[in-house]
Amino acid sequence: MAELTLSEARVKTSGRLEWVLVALGILGLVAAPFVIYPIFMMKMLCFALFACAFNLLLGYTGLLSFGHAAFFGGASYFTAHAVKVWGWSPEAGIILGVVGAAILGLVMGFFAIRRQGIYFAMITLALAQMFFFFCVQASFTGGEDGIQGVPRGMLFGLVDLHVPLNIYYFVLAVFLIGVFIIWRIVNSPFGMILRSIRENENRATSLGYTVANYKLAAFVMSAALSGLAGSLKAIVFQFATLTDVAWQMSGEVILMTLLGGIGTMVGPIIGAGLVVGLQNTLATSDFPVTIATGLIFMVCVLIFRRGIVGEIYARLLTPAARAAKD
Amino acid sequence: MTMIFGIPIQAFLGQLLVGLINGSFYAMLSLGLAIIFGLLRVINFAHGAQYMLGAFVGYLLLAHLGIGYWPALIIAPLIVGIIGIVIERLALARLYDIDPLYGLLFTFGLALVIEGIFRYYFGVSGNPYTVPPLLAGGTNLGFMFLPVYRGFVVVASLIVCLGTWLAIEKTRLGSYLRAATENPRLVQAFGVNVPLLLTLTYGLGSALAGLAGILAAPVYQVSPLMGSNLIIVVFAVVVVGGMGSILGAIVTGYMLGLAEGLTKVFYPEASNIVIFVIMAIVLLVRPAGLFGKDA
Repeated sequence: MAELTLSEARVKTSGRLEWVLVALGILGLVAAPFVIYPIFMMKMLCFALFACAFNLLLGYTGLLSFGHAAFFGGASYFTAHAVKVWGWSPEAGIILGVVGAAILGLVMGFFAIRRQGIYFAMITLALAQMFFFFCVQASFTGGEDGIQGVPRGMLFGLVDLHVPLNIYYFVLAVFLIGVFIIWRIVNSPFGMILRSIRENENRATSLGYTVANYKLAAFVMSAALSGLAGSLKAIVFQFATLTDVAWQMSGEVILMTLLGGIGTMVGPIIGAGLVVGLQNTLATSDFPVTIATGLIFMVCVLIFRRGIVGEIYARLLTPAARAAKD
Repeated sequence: MTMIFGIPIQAFLGQLLVGLINGSFYAMLSLGLAIIFGLLRVINFAHGAQYMLGAFVGYLLLAHLGIGYWPALIIAPLIVGIIGIVIERLALARLYDIDPLYGLLFTFGLALVIEGIFRYYFGVSGNPYTVPPLLAGGTNLGFMFLPVYRGFVVVASLIVCLGTWLAIEKTRLGSYLRAATENPRLVQAFGVNVPLLLTLTYGLGSALAGLAGILAAPVYQVSPLMGSNLIIVVFAVVVVGGMGSILGAIVTGYMLGLAEGLTKVFYPEASNIVIFVIMAIVLLVRPAGLFGKDA
């Protein structure tokens, strides 16, 4: 009994500690543009949101998608095209990107959830590759050149996003909202059902849940939020190219999530920060990024499967506290 | 000029031949994937990189050591197979007890490393590999012109595929392999060295990819990226066929190659997505795949 209350107390303190850390993290992000190059920070935030959205599917539903580049890159094309060619405002362009990614997710998910596990991964990869070839040939994407020179525009007709600090705080706000939505989904009754599917799909079915519908819903939500990240990236960097829809991008987001910790809230954010930081460092050196990425993949899978945050949780929390957290 | 569906018959047969050649490589690669998956439960994402490795071994042997096509046809698969065996022993063997998705992720990382190394040293442009003199030139079949080497590739891949299938279905080692696919623990209890069997299987699968690579070297350009785009198509082939049957993987490979060739004749814009479209249709009608047993 004493044992139980002790671990309960520990959950409470660790819960309070977590909130303090989250507040500190947000404060750090607010102060960051005065210390760190804002473009780098914004790139990191876009990829962090992308990785969190991906983790909603892999970490909390147990589905490994190898095709998330289609949503990220697809949304960035939609937004770039709407803002540049149709002259839409940035917020309308981003909404279009999110809706487009959600529809894309609905179609891809509809086919992919027909198989499980390793087949699911291969089907999503193949469908995303199909979308890649579509983007190569379609006229609105600009083919090999992509869409260049996308104006950032005026947010709600009021805020000029060409001002560096304005765009940074806009990106930060969207990032925080996106992560908050994911956190809400994960901790809702719906999120609990997703976790039960991850743990034991057959049991979830036998309890009366229509597993296919839940999987599809999770897939569409993950796609829409990945699209939000992609749309944001198009506004920040003012271009959309084939790189964002290519299969390498799907691999990158898996790596970010795996490195940070699959199934943790903070892990993908840290993973994204590390991978983007590494890419920036290697960009100026002679060492090819792909080799580094591949090596981290292999090391993570062989000896570091819980990821950075997962490893910290495993060491700091008692088993009971961990059970209470899950 | 003879026409078929409003298209000159030469063009029609020419594209069909291209389809048959692509199909030969799809068949050999999906065969290797199916063998590895059957026993190891690992989807070998590095299969495309190993195919590229086979082509590069042939290219480097010729460029630096003056060793020609025929010896390379043996040496390249051997080297790729040995590398595969080392990888299986050092890494894959540690991943059998956990979720098979980790095997996919590990081999994905491996593919990135292998391709990254070759891109670093050889750039992204293709290197030509000349057709061996014995198979150079072409013959006129009356209705179309057939380059000898292309005909050779189709025949060679048929022999390799059928030979592998017969070896698995008819030999003693093949029967061990099939038994271990069904129930590894029981086979181990009968005194068969299953870990060794797993190692050899991965070596064999890798060697098949290497052989496909050296066969492909004179047809396509030898480039570091030749495998990565191919492997995704082969994944779709594998989804269509279902990995339950070796023969199914082979047949599906040829069929989809031909379907791709036909699309090139009638609607060229869709030729590089037609296999993915077929995959989607098969998923709707028969989610387990055409020859699949597992759901």
